[in-house]
Amino acid sequence: MSFPEHAGFLESLAVAVESALKEAEIGLPHDVLQALISASARETDPTARAELENICANIREAKNRQVPLCQDTGVPVIFLTLPEGWGYTAAMEEAVRTGIERATASVPLRPNVVNPLSRCNTGTNTGTRMPDVHVRRGDHVSVTVLPKGAGSENVSRIGMLLPSERDAVGRFVAETMLLAGGRPCPPVVLGVGIGGTFDTAASLAKEALLQPIDSMTAFEQDLCNAVNDLGIGPMGLGGDTTALAVKVLCADCHTASLPVAVNVQCWACRRATRRVEE
Amino acid sequence: MITDLHTPLGEEVLELRAGDRITLSGRVYTARDEAHVRMQEEGIPFPAAGAAVYHCGPVVQGDRIIAAGPTTSARLNDLSDFLLDAGVRALIGKGGMGKQVQRALAGRAVYLAFTGGCAALAASRMTLAGVYYADLGMAEAVWAIDLDRLPLVVGMDAHGNDLFAGVQSRAHERFAALVRERSW
Repeated sequence: MSFPEHAGFLESLAVAVESALKEAEIGLPHDVLQALISASARETDPTARAELENICANIREAKNRQVPLCQDTGVPVIFLTLPEGWGYTAAMEEAVRTGIERATASVPLRPNVVNPLSRCNTGTNTGTRMPDVHVRRGDHVSVTVLPKGAGSENVSRIGMLLPSERDAVGRFVAETMLLAGGRPCPPVVLGVGIGGTFDTAASLAKEALLQPIDSMTAFEQDLCNAVNDLGIGPMGLGGDTTALAVKVLCADCHTASLPVAVNVQCWACRRATRRVEE
Repeated sequence: MITDLHTPLGEEVLELRAGDRITLSGRVYTARDEAHVRMQEEGIPFPAAGAAVYHCGPVVQGDRIIAAGPTTSARLNDLSDFLLDAGVRALIGKGGMGKQVQRALAGRAVYLAFTGGCAALAASRMTLAGVYYADLGMAEAVWAIDLDRLPLVVGMDAHGNDLFAGVQSRAHERFAALVRERSW
């Protein structure tokens, strides 16, 4: 194994980030594509079916033209997997930033990152504490990018429910979609984080969006059915398909707490992973 | 059945009903928040009679439109009456608009919804024809664009029907039913 501060490794990390961002922005992962195609075939509402056909046509055009799927190219959320014994260093953080800045110019991406109060744009899609980098343990070094659009992020919610209200988790998830309506560009994927502390729940909700959506547990399927019962449909125009999937991650929590976070993701559930040679 | 419409639009928009699918061809003009404010102050720079206004901040590279999906129309709820008063026959965007706009549409114009996020599909049906207010920057400028059969759905018609409001009110009823059935 080479020393993680080695210039060759850091360059590989920057290249991996740039390349993963390009892949994620232009095409959807196979599981998401399949979910949209099957939803389109299943949909009984003609308006909803036309919306889903537009989405599928858009995916084809983005691929043909090699351009981003959506003009909101999002902010980059980064998941970095490191083997046992590796630390996340300042030089690695710099390499991740370099990859994002290169992708901003080469894909190209819309510069979306601003100071929260002055609203001054950094122009690079990086900034203070941006990107948010989630570090996880694994067998090898890999990077996963999740470009996150604002329309869906803005209707995400967190609730500190009462521990006696275990059944209220489903209510909170469905209510989040009811309040969101067509604004997050449904059909959505809902990432749900349950337990931990206030911040753990939100982080788990984001991480849940990394899971493949071609299978759901019985609990996830039940939540998904409840959301689809609302009939909001693609773009809030009505129909059977409001959510493609609900994915849940749990952490143990304080006996007096029940944190629940719902991270809403638009139909463009963009993610891509690259292994980084060590 | 899909109706093919062409700008400039006339009384044919009065025939449309919420839920109808159409395609739109011909010249349209993009406008977001800043452009609406400028047009209110200085007058509409394009021929408004029969025009269609698209709520969109495109990505333009040279003379090519790269991405041009719709933005959220509700931000323009309080900034749209003057366009309809001037003869604009269609507003295009995503997510629908408020009661004030619904009243202003009555008897003269429609709101057309384009699928959110479909920036590449939109760009594939567009040719760039010109620009007004270039000083407002790429996203906020008014771009004149020629459409070739952009697929749209009538979200709000000229007779008070609103697809979005109907869906949202049914969603509230279904949520109340879920709360009862599941003892939430």
